[in-house]
Amino acid sequence: MERPLRLIAASPVDALARTIEALLVVASQPLGVAELTEAAADDPERVETALGLLRERYREGRSGIVLEQVAGGWAFRASREAAEACGRLFERPVERNLSQAALETLAVVAYLGPCSRPEIARWRGVAVDSVVAGLVERGLISEAGRGDLGVVRYRVTPLFERVFGLESLAALPRLDEFGGDAEELRGRLESLAERRPA
Amino acid sequence: MRREVASDREISLLAVSVRELELDLDAFEGPFDLLLTLVLREELPLVEVDVAGIVLTFVERLAEREELDLDACGEFLVLVAALLELKARGLFAGESDLEDLEPEEAAEELARRLEEYRRIKGAAEWLAERLAAERDRYFRLGPAPLAPRGERRLAEQDPQALAAVLRALAAEPPEVSLAHLELRFPPVSRFLEQFRAVLGRRQRFDFDHEVAGFSRVEQAVAFLALLELRRAGEVSLEQAAPFAPIRVARAGREEEVEAWSVRSA
Repeated sequence: MERPLRLIAASPVDALARTIEALLVVASQPLGVAELTEAAADDPERVETALGLLRERYREGRSGIVLEQVAGGWAFRASREAAEACGRLFERPVERNLSQAALETLAVVAYLGPCSRPEIARWRGVAVDSVVAGLVERGLISEAGRGDLGVVRYRVTPLFERVFGLESLAALPRLDEFGGDAEELRGRLESLAERRPA
Repeated sequence: MRREVASDREISLLAVSVRELELDLDAFEGPFDLLLTLVLREELPLVEVDVAGIVLTFVERLAEREELDLDACGEFLVLVAALLELKARGLFAGESDLEDLEPEEAAEELARRLEEYRRIKGAAEWLAERLAAERDRYFRLGPAPLAPRGERRLAEQDPQALAAVLRALAAEPPEVSLAHLELRFPPVSRFLEQFRAVLGRRQRFDFDHEVAGFSRVEQAVAFLALLELRRAGEVSLEQAAPFAPIRVARAGREEEVEAWSVRSA
């Protein structure tokens, strides 16, 4: 009699792990524990245990497929060692040629979103209409309702988190870690002012 | 590196040269100094002044000299920067938060904004590095193939119960009795006779008084009889105001003739 391939050592969640594997293979976006639990019609704690087993099974260096926790869910991706081969067959159009302006706009939306175009422009000091349109087209940001005056507000998408390999937006470094010391900047401005001829 | 130190005399000469820089712009023609005075007196709208033109003129003048004069450049920079700041404030009139600030506060605000921007720039650099580090991550992209979720879940349904409800709905409703709507109309002739009898005894009578105690239907038929008598010219009717008592009088000879002529007309 044919028996299922024992990819995972005997475990109480063996069958459930196989179901979750199947769900993740079919999905084209990360699936959260809640979604997996509902689809598998099982218990969330058991799903977590099964995911732990799968993560071990599909870890970098052990399999060509890697299970990762990304964009608030779980998803399969290709292993890094297969990246070169993948690159010969597939493109990465979403992140290709992201300009400095696009990255700065992404940073504003990721850290301060949902925010409107005028708000982004205020942070960056220049008009951002075309940059925002480009990012929407790439699927890295999307509309997130409207502000008080009816202006469209934007936030980053799960695709953004996935492209940048972020488990969630909480995985971004704190904003005050960037940009150096405010006092230092102030000091430089003051010393410049002192050198100004009377 | 040896740094050229200009004498006091040279500085004053050069300083004068910056202020006396002859400008030939669309909106203004004359020395730079005068332009500044006019702008400060608000006699010349700064929006129309081509600052780039001023810079070009200065750079051309500078190129005519053999050596780079840092002091002249410095002063020019300060003046042009001040001009640009004024122009920028004029262009962004909506940003009133900067207009009311003292110079120190404005510098503070500027430093704060620069700091904010540096942070965002830092975050953008981090994203760029992250992107480079994640360049070898390949994953499946595509529209979400997730099955639509059943938002509303119905409780278990019994088909027999549904059939029973439908059967009840399909049944003929019981016939509604119209018995209470049946009306009995007394003949008009009865009231004709009654009114003629009254008029045989009296010259006039009060309609309301005569029909008091009758049902509404009987009163209506009595009124029809009254109209019939009026049509035949047997009575004349009077009513002082709408809803006032109707006075009925036996018709005289003249009224009969009038009634007749009206009828034949």
